Amino acid sequence: MSYGLENAEHPETLRRVAIDPVSRVEGHGKVTILLDEDDKVRQVRLHVVEFRGFERFIQGRPYWEVPVMVQRLCGICPVSHHLAASKAMDAIVGTRRLTPTAEKVRRLMHYGQMLQSHALHFFHLCSPDLLFGFSSDVARRNIVGVAAAHPETARRGVLLRRFGQEVIRVTAGKRIHGTGSIPGGVNKSVTREERDVLLADIYDILAWSRDAVALVKQLHGQDPALYNSFGVFRSSMLSLVSPGGDMDFYDGRLRARDEAGAILFDQVDYRDYHAHIREEVKPWSYMKFPFLAALGTDKGWYKVGPLARVQNCDQIPTPLADAERREFVDYSGGAPIHAPLAYHWARMIEMLHAAETIKDLLHDDDILGDDLVSTGERAREGIGVIEAPRGTLIHHYRVDDNDLVTMCNLIVSTTHNNQAMNEAIRHVAKRYLSGHKLTEGLLNHIEVAIRAFDPCLSCATHALGQMALEVTLVGADGGELDRLARHGDGTTSRPAP
Amino acid sequence: MSAPATFTLDGRAIAFAEGQTILQAAVAAGAYIPHLCFHPDFKPHGSCKVCTVTVGGRHAASCTTRATAGAVVESDTPAINAERRALVQMLFVEGNHFCPSCEKSGDCKLQATAYDLGMVSPHFDHFYPDRPVDASHPELLLDFNRCILCSLCVRASRDVDGKNAFALAWRGIRTRLIVNSRTGKLADTNVTAADKAAHVCPVGVILPKRRGFATPLGRRVFDLKPISAMADASAAVALAEAGEPRRDRQSDGRLP
Ligand code: SF4
Ligand code: FES
Repeated sequence: MSYGLENAEHPETLRRVAIDPVSRVEGHGKVTILLDEDDKVRQVRLHVVEFRGFERFIQGRPYWEVPVMVQRLCGICPVSHHLAASKAMDAIVGTRRLTPTAEKVRRLMHYGQMLQSHALHFFHLCSPDLLFGFSSDVARRNIVGVAAAHPETARRGVLLRRFGQEVIRVTAGKRIHGTGSIPGGVNKSVTREERDVLLADIYDILAWSRDAVALVKQLHGQDPALYNSFGVFRSSMLSLVSPGGDMDFYDGRLRARDEAGAILFDQVDYRDYHAHIREEVKPWSYMKFPFLAALGTDKGWYKVGPLARVQNCDQIPTPLADAERREFVDYSGGAPIHAPLAYHWARMIEMLHAAETIKDLLHDDDILGDDLVSTGERAREGIGVIEAPRGTLIHHYRVDDNDLVTMCNLIVSTTHNNQAMNEAIRHVAKRYLSGHKLTEGLLNHIEVAIRAFDPCLSCATHALGQMALEVTLVGADGGELDRLARHGDGTTSRPAP
Repeated sequence: MSAPATFTLDGRAIAFAEGQTILQAAVAAGAYIPHLCFHPDFKPHGSCKVCTVTVGGRHAASCTTRATAGAVVESDTPAINAERRALVQMLFVEGNHFCPSCEKSGDCKLQATAYDLGMVSPHFDHFYPDRPVDASHPELLLDFNRCILCSLCVRASRDVDGKNAFALAWRGIRTRLIVNSRTGKLADTNVTAADKAAHVCPVGVILPKRRGFATPLGRRVFDLKPISAMADASAAVALAEAGEPRRDRQSDGRLP
């Protein structure tokens, strides 16, 4: 038959590479360091090349597509975007209150996601640095190395992640890029069989999550000087808390504390986020710098994520995690902890809380129900906020009378932490890099600081796993002295300046 | 009475009635030949060529070729399937088919056919046409990005609904689906969600509004079995659509 590719016997062998905008949109991080005559570090900047095309892409699309489509925004926690967008679309379809089944199935999905993302972040991406040292042999400094030296730790890391992914599969339909949450509710609940399979494993998961907290505490205990000081800087903190002030990843109201731990605002309806959070544009960065309006651009930047959440809440509503939270708070005598490496400790406390919450939800028969969706009076604007694994995530949409999205604004966790990560690497560069030639180990110190917040700048760049990062050293005369790149596959190279 | 006339399809005897085409007879006999622009309820159109088979060694579109007694029809061969795959790949690059966020995914004949033919990539350069959606109608969405120009909606609206609301305009590579109203908008036709035309699209162009992803993964038509296991997938899709649980169960307020 003839179909246009005239004369080619086997057109399928004449491969042409199509540039697919979907697979091409991989962002990356870039650090530039300026040195003076004495090779002292004078300026350090983290530039994240964020993919912003999404906001434009979503315009003109029907609103019910959005919760599925937005999952492409993150390689590690697509469920966060799925749920934040669903919450925004709940407002569009007029849902005042989800059915108990919908609310609990969504929560289960989200806490499963928290578990898998935190396990991946800590065990796969960060434990090699922490167990072997920041400039240890790069060939060993990965999860395979951990598996060789600490097989049980690595095995549990893998199984914790897999369990979280199973929770997601059961609630969303697939381990990644499911469709479970829809405007106004969910499209499925959990079957008895699915529940029983998860219940069979949850007590191991709980025990391993407790051990993971113990492991981080032990690491802190072995080298408190390093853990308390590496990349440290002081800032405000922001997160959702429940109306009672509890930790809540799925829903709540905004609370911010200043660097001394005093409450700046509390129980703010997140639909008013723009009255409290502004975004500053700086000429040298594509990514915006959010700040708390009340404190202004210089003082108003803040941290989000585990370290903020664990210290922002009054308590964690599950007993084991709350006991760990109290120990964490006591560690510094009640003063806020700002050390980036303490993120890992807080992260493991959160993973334990996620495991406890999953256990409770699995024992709740509402997750088996079949009243899935509730809707009400249509609205034209919807805002959904959620605590994603790496921090507060804001989705904001406007939808016209024909059901098409006309406006989309997202503030992702990486963006909230933009200034915080900049501060952390400034501290690290000053302390470890000044006057030194760039080595992989030194480059990794910068990465360790970034990775405490965000394993691969994933929210902004959609990466999964290894972060693509380039560090450039610029001398006093403006000439480039050195440059080191780590690629997405984990290899490093020294591109010619 | 004499036995009904038969031809062979990949060696299997298929009975046919006078006037039936090869594909009509195959569908009636429960035998699968890949097809996209054919639907048993409508006169064949013969445009997608995915139903191409060889009859006595010569290529022919099975949806438009009359069945003849004793004909030797080959369909499921590596060579023909490779040609079909290339056709389907071209359909993918001519439109904007972004399956991961398409609500028709799992119920889409184009996607199911591509899977079944072992298509792993679009292979050709994407056209990335600019085709804005028509969301003007209160009940139906038209997402032209996914149109494969099969003309089923044209035939359904003309022959069943008697409304003549859709047409294929232009020719060749510029062919596109248009709405037959003064403004070109669906809202300005008398099409309703109950029309046959609203339910025949094999891909995700003509969609009921606000249903979205109401069907969970695992319960979509082609989650259960591949399209090649269904001689008449259009019927399966229609059945699933009819049996769709309403997603607007109210626990507070009115309809969205
Ligand atoms: S809208 Fe659907 S039914 Fe109509 S021509 Fe396009 S693909 Fe065919
Ligand atoms: S089904 Fe025969 S040409 Fe399309």
